[in-house]
Amino acid sequence: MTAEQPPGRPSFWSRLPVIRQLQQSVGLQRGMLIVGLTICAIFILTAIFAPLIAPYGFAQLRDAHGDFGAQDPPGGKHLLGTTVGGYDVLSRVIWGAQTALLAILVAVTLSVFLGIVLGVVSGYIGGWLDRILVVIADAVYAFPTLLLAIVSAIIISQGQSNLFGGILAAGLSITVVFIPQYFRVIRAEAVRIKSEAYVESAKVVGTGIIRIMFRHVLRNATRSLPLIITLNASEAIFTLAALGFLGFGIEPNSAAEWGYDLNKSISDVTSGIWWTSIFPGTAIVLVVVGVTLVGESLNDLADPRLRTRRRASRVPSPGAAVAVVPGATLDDVLSGDALGIVPNETEPR
Amino acid sequence: MKNVVEIRDLAITFATDGASVVAVDNVSLTVAPGEVLAIVGESGSGKTVTAKAILGLLPETATESGVVMLGANDIVQLSGKQLRAVRGVDVAMVFQEPSTALNPVYTVGWQIAEGLRAHGKYSRKQARAKAIEILGKVGIPDPETRVDYYPHQFSGGQKQRVVIAMALVLDPGLIVADEPTTALDVTVQAEILDLLRRCRDEFGAAIVLITHNMGVVADLADRVAVMYNGRIVEEADARTLFASPKDPYTQRLLAAVPKLGTGIAHTRERAAARPSTESAPVVEAKNLVIEYAGRFGRNAFRAVDDVSFRIYAGEVLGLVGESGSGKTTIGRSIVALTKVTGGSLKVLGQEMRGVRESQFKHLRSDIGFVFQDPASSFNPLLSIAECVAEPLVVHGRADDAGAARPRVNELLEAVQLPKSFGDRFPHELSGGQRQRASLARSLALEPTLLIADEPTSALDVSVQARVLELFSELQREFGFAALFISHDLAVVDLLADRIAVLYQGKLVEEGTGAEVLVAPKHPYTQRLLASLPVPDPVEQAVRREKLRSLQTED
Repeated sequence: MTAEQPPGRPSFWSRLPVIRQLQQSVGLQRGMLIVGLTICAIFILTAIFAPLIAPYGFAQLRDAHGDFGAQDPPGGKHLLGTTVGGYDVLSRVIWGAQTALLAILVAVTLSVFLGIVLGVVSGYIGGWLDRILVVIADAVYAFPTLLLAIVSAIIISQGQSNLFGGILAAGLSITVVFIPQYFRVIRAEAVRIKSEAYVESAKVVGTGIIRIMFRHVLRNATRSLPLIITLNASEAIFTLAALGFLGFGIEPNSAAEWGYDLNKSISDVTSGIWWTSIFPGTAIVLVVVGVTLVGESLNDLADPRLRTRRRASRVPSPGAAVAVVPGATLDDVLSGDALGIVPNETEPR
Repeated sequence: MKNVVEIRDLAITFATDGASVVAVDNVSLTVAPGEVLAIVGESGSGKTVTAKAILGLLPETATESGVVMLGANDIVQLSGKQLRAVRGVDVAMVFQEPSTALNPVYTVGWQIAEGLRAHGKYSRKQARAKAIEILGKVGIPDPETRVDYYPHQFSGGQKQRVVIAMALVLDPGLIVADEPTTALDVTVQAEILDLLRRCRDEFGAAIVLITHNMGVVADLADRVAVMYNGRIVEEADARTLFASPKDPYTQRLLAAVPKLGTGIAHTRERAAARPSTESAPVVEAKNLVIEYAGRFGRNAFRAVDDVSFRIYAGEVLGLVGESGSGKTTIGRSIVALTKVTGGSLKVLGQEMRGVRESQFKHLRSDIGFVFQDPASSFNPLLSIAECVAEPLVVHGRADDAGAARPRVNELLEAVQLPKSFGDRFPHELSGGQRQRASLARSLALEPTLLIADEPTSALDVSVQARVLELFSELQREFGFAALFISHDLAVVDLLADRIAVLYQGKLVEEGTGAEVLVAPKHPYTQRLLASLPVPDPVEQAVRREKLRSLQTED
């Protein structure tokens, strides 16, 4: 019993956020999480391997046999038909995943870092700095995302539509609106942790303020981040699609974009051409549902009161019978009596 | 005579994220009418779970087997609706923390009436009359007006009286009291124990008393069941159990309870060993005043009022007082966690009034601090070794936790923890082990002054005994001066060279253990001493009379 891992210590993999929850979950919650994770995995894989999966390029209008033809029904050369502009629907849907993923990445990375740093500083230092930041955050929070996205789309792209501009517009507007959310969550945690005994103990030792903020406060404040990130991600997709639908999105020759395709298919709906709108629409819904399912089940699993567990078996495992080590002495511990028992001694929260 | 409650072969298993845990294993108990049965045991022994099973209050994750006969009903088999009919009428519960057991947004009268309305038709007027009557019976003065008060308008002891009134209002045959006095001060505890005794004598209720405090057991119980690891290891009537405990666990438990008066000889010995040369004091407080700023338009709250004391090198000063007496505030002001607002406080020669962090920082390496709750005083994401190394790293004695490891191992050995525990995380240690690690951390820089703020109040008795022993050993070895803050006179008596008693922010008495504990001068100290229940039913009965005569004198 010297250098080996203490019993009950989970391996590195099972301590990772999502994987730990997956092992914890049972029943309906597990089902939800698995469905969500599967959809997300398909989405990400499609985005990464779009060039290999898609039969045609996103802006391709003709191949060796000539033009594709507009509004062809599904079947034959075009599995899901073609759009009014003569693009292949299947290829547009697959390439669109790439755009959506990029938008999520930009939005999340930009807002996470700024929101967290501001949250920790504001929560830990407090005082007038905290008040000002909270007021600003509230003001920004009241701003409609879409309006902001439209404005930033115009500013960034200067009226010229391209992949970079469109994604950045959606990403930036999400960032601005979501920073207050990260800020609020991290700040609330920081305020709570600030009064914990271990932070006071660090102060008593004479630890510097930066070290306290990042080593002691921030590391303990990140519990609810995975949840907000997933909610944030679905919001990013919505905004990108809405921008495209409203005509501020990305032109078809720069990138495939589900919102833009939906916009162009409005007139098709009344004339019985269903395939141009159903497929990009379904793609948006599926990704949002997938991401939300993951977020929702993470939320349930994070809360011990909402988490369902397997029923206790009548015959317990032998190590579990001992729940406490009253006054374990050094000798007990060395002989191994107390080891393996301690992990069971968890306080009810 | 028929038993009020009869438990046969009760077993309760909890589902957890890990393996399932057996909390109660094959427990059989009976309680006769008008009897007080105490269930004692340390945390995790299953005593609370057993008590909750009597009311059918177990959470969904629990699986029960066995029989709990309450009158003619088997609680284990009852449905939710049937349980509701039984609760309150046949059995009632008194909770540990009176301030959370009462709903803050309703008046106490309403909350008492709530129980009545659940079990019969009462008009508003009748319910109110009944509430007033019961409040009067549990000793709330002026019940006609106070029935309309909200919980926050009562003191802690009065709140517990209200909770007991709620339990008594339907005249149940059995009251389950789960640690009813743990959250209360010693002097208030004595009053509540008196009230519970009256519950039995005047209302004829049987009581199941759950507690870890052997003094409380000796004071109130007729019969005692000792639980350990979910099993009952010994069951006997109170006098027999305290006089001749049979089970080795009970013997150890009783031996670990600190008793008053044991520290005096020990103190004399230490005083003789200490060099008599009077050096400059390590801590010197002169007319110290600490105020917490009030809200706008209100006066500041004076937590510490005109307190003067000194701590010399190598000396242990015990600071005793009830909650709100300002003892923790004094401890925190010494390490600059709380601002000094008046008078003078010199720590290691540095005046603390108006001190800036930059002036004080270099002195921090000379001061150690042990916190009350070992569970929260470690960063849960750092290993024990990293936590203990933190002071060394911060003060530049080591570059990182890895470089500090040899020293950390030495420290862990000094507090009798195996080296390998350094790789564990705080939640993987038991309370006592964590508190030892906390001692190791506070000693890492070899401080000349150690502040210990109730270091053992969150621990079980037997663990407490070991930590206290360790503390005095370390003190001998390292020779630091210490301020030992506690609400428990017996604990302070074990360790301290001198004892200072605080009451409402004022220092009412200071002296050696022999002076303060044997011949207390101030009436408050006298009352405090008399209120402390001793773990011996015979002696406790005598002390109870003494306390009563003290109270009638007032």
